[in-house]
Amino acid sequence: MSKIGEIIEASTSEFMAQCYELHQPPPFGSLVKAREGEIEIYGVVCDAATTSIEPGRHPIARGREEAEEEDVFRSSPQLAKLLRTDFSALIVGHKEGQKLYHYLPPRPARIHSFVYVCDAEEVEKFSQSFDFLSILVAAKGQADELIAASLRHAAQAQPDPRRFLVIAGKELAVLLGAEPNRLNTILRRIRR
Amino acid sequence: MSESLHNERRGENEKRLGLVVSGSLSRGVEVKLDSTTSVEDIAVGRYVTIEGEKGRFLGMITDIALDAIDSRLMTNPPEVSDPFIAEVVAGTSTFGRVHVQPQLTLGGDVSSLLEGPQSVKTVPAHFSVVKEASEQDVERVFGQVEEKQFWIGTPLDMEIKVRLNPTEFVKRSNGVFGKSGTGKTFLARLLLIGIVQENVAANLVFDMHSEYGWEGTSEEGRKVKGLKQLFPSKVAVFALDEESARRRKVSTDFVVEVGYDEIEPEDIEMLGETLNLTEASAQATYRLARHFGERQWLERFLALEGREELNELAKALGEHEATIAALRRRLEALRRLRFLVPHARDNAIQRILEYLDRGINVVLEFGRYDDITAYVLVANLLTRRIHAQYREKVERAMGEEIAKPKPLVITIEEAHKFLNPGIANQTIFGTIAREMRKYNVTLVVIDQRPSGIDEEVMSQMGTKITCLLDNERDIESVLTGVSGKSELKAVLSKLETKQQALIFGHAVPMPVVVRTREYGSPQSYKELGFREAIELKKEAEKELEDLWG
Repeated sequence: MSKIGEIIEASTSEFMAQCYELHQPPPFGSLVKAREGEIEIYGVVCDAATTSIEPGRHPIARGREEAEEEDVFRSSPQLAKLLRTDFSALIVGHKEGQKLYHYLPPRPARIHSFVYVCDAEEVEKFSQSFDFLSILVAAKGQADELIAASLRHAAQAQPDPRRFLVIAGKELAVLLGAEPNRLNTILRRIRR
Repeated sequence: MSESLHNERRGENEKRLGLVVSGSLSRGVEVKLDSTTSVEDIAVGRYVTIEGEKGRFLGMITDIALDAIDSRLMTNPPEVSDPFIAEVVAGTSTFGRVHVQPQLTLGGDVSSLLEGPQSVKTVPAHFSVVKEASEQDVERVFGQVEEKQFWIGTPLDMEIKVRLNPTEFVKRSNGVFGKSGTGKTFLARLLLIGIVQENVAANLVFDMHSEYGWEGTSEEGRKVKGLKQLFPSKVAVFALDEESARRRKVSTDFVVEVGYDEIEPEDIEMLGETLNLTEASAQATYRLARHFGERQWLERFLALEGREELNELAKALGEHEATIAALRRRLEALRRLRFLVPHARDNAIQRILEYLDRGINVVLEFGRYDDITAYVLVANLLTRRIHAQYREKVERAMGEEIAKPKPLVITIEEAHKFLNPGIANQTIFGTIAREMRKYNVTLVVIDQRPSGIDEEVMSQMGTKITCLLDNERDIESVLTGVSGKSELKAVLSKLETKQQALIFGHAVPMPVVVRTREYGSPQSYKELGFREAIELKKEAEKELEDLWG
């Protein structure tokens, strides 16, 4: 299991982590996890950003004289140290012992906990219940994009992705019973 | 919802249709269909079982509807051209609803197994699972049919034989309804065969169009065997029209003649409508009878010639001349009926009773006298006297504690002519229909306009068998006094035009739509107990052999 970053900000509903590798956050909508003692906390990547390590100092354009984009970093190797890639994850469940719960954990993750990307087997296990969808439906911001991305991501781990998406879609149809337009938006993004 | 999703995942809901979501005992329950069940696979009139918490319910689908989770979907439909989206919204955003009328409960414990299905006194709990009824469930309700027992048809999409309880059936008057061409005659013939086969009653059939006795014709114009051909030793064909019988090569047992001396003023009164008699001229017949004597009045009245004689009679009776003249003119129609003779050579009523006493069923074929005047006249006249005799016998049986006579079932067609609200109180058929089984005589009425039949008579009928009806008033009248009326209405108006009938009432444990059994092929005759001459001979030989060793 590959460690991808480290938590730098955490609450019971969300955490933010800094990636070890610049420009390599986990994909939007993918499932990641972090430990808090005995508890494993699962989150869906809901945002990622690369910024300057100092909020006041903005990067400036440096590539006028370079032929390739990579050359910018090659000629100024310090740049990699002055930038950082962070990502946020919306917490969608946790595991205590061997049991999975598709609701929020009792405590937030600790700062400096490692964050791992879940492998296909774990994604499949986690997505056997769609109870986490109600958390995503209520998410702030780009909730519909997030739902679609996470389902597309989870579908890849299923033996029958289409069937999985149909059942997920049906669950959404119930959750979004009063919002047919939102449902349509999501369905158009996950159809195959 | 997630429960059903899980089931879907595990593929465990092969026959599951949906869940009960609301309802009441009086109106039936609403069932939301699962997304895997297409409304197009559901048909009104089919049976379903509902798994309640304490027991199972058996019900009939009486309505099917489309519904959506949000009304905005109607104005802005989802992109169903995309198969994925179509599959997602089916059963969730949009879904089917069916209306089920619970009919019986099938208990799971030992005592209820012994008692059999009970009528419903409650409704299944919320979200009880609804499934297609299995053949075993339905068979448990209608009972297994033994080899020799008569069955009428099979429920929709099932291979179970539905049997009318024959003793219950003949206990009360029954009706066979349906608009013309829907198979009333076929059904009635089957019912009569059933009564003969089960030997629960003697039949007297007033066979207006000569369809039941020797042979009839199917809708396609094929000839089908009548009762006499199937049960030669148990059925006697009486004919009003010997010539027609001979032409049709029917072996008649007796030719019925009716003497003028047998016609009473009451018989003429019943013809009031068909002969277009005024109230006054109908009443005048009673005075005529007093004037000329009970047994001679009609003959002597018809023998009067010329205006003078009639005027003289009018004066003697104290009637208006025009009344008498009009009555005479109208009664002239009776002369056309060749079976009416001044004095009958043999007493038809006595003959019929003799046959019935011996347990032989009598079919009276009208031959070419298939107009309503002859039919009403003869049916009334014979039935009145036969009923009187039966009444006497039953009363004697009650007094002397001897066996009551075998139940008699009288079949009449065009029943609204006998049982319309205007005359149902006066005719013998109205009396029989109302007093039910008291005197062991009941009716099978066959009619295409049940709305023309007196409401009280309709409500007294034990079992009603109805083919397709589309007139609102007819449907209304057939369903008078039935619980779950509006639900059955939907079923009744959606019957197919052929070979389907809705049966409800005393002889069946719950309303059932049947596809009537096939009749007319050699195989069907055989199933009903028909034996070719050669087989009969073989059987007789075998019996002889058994007897003498």
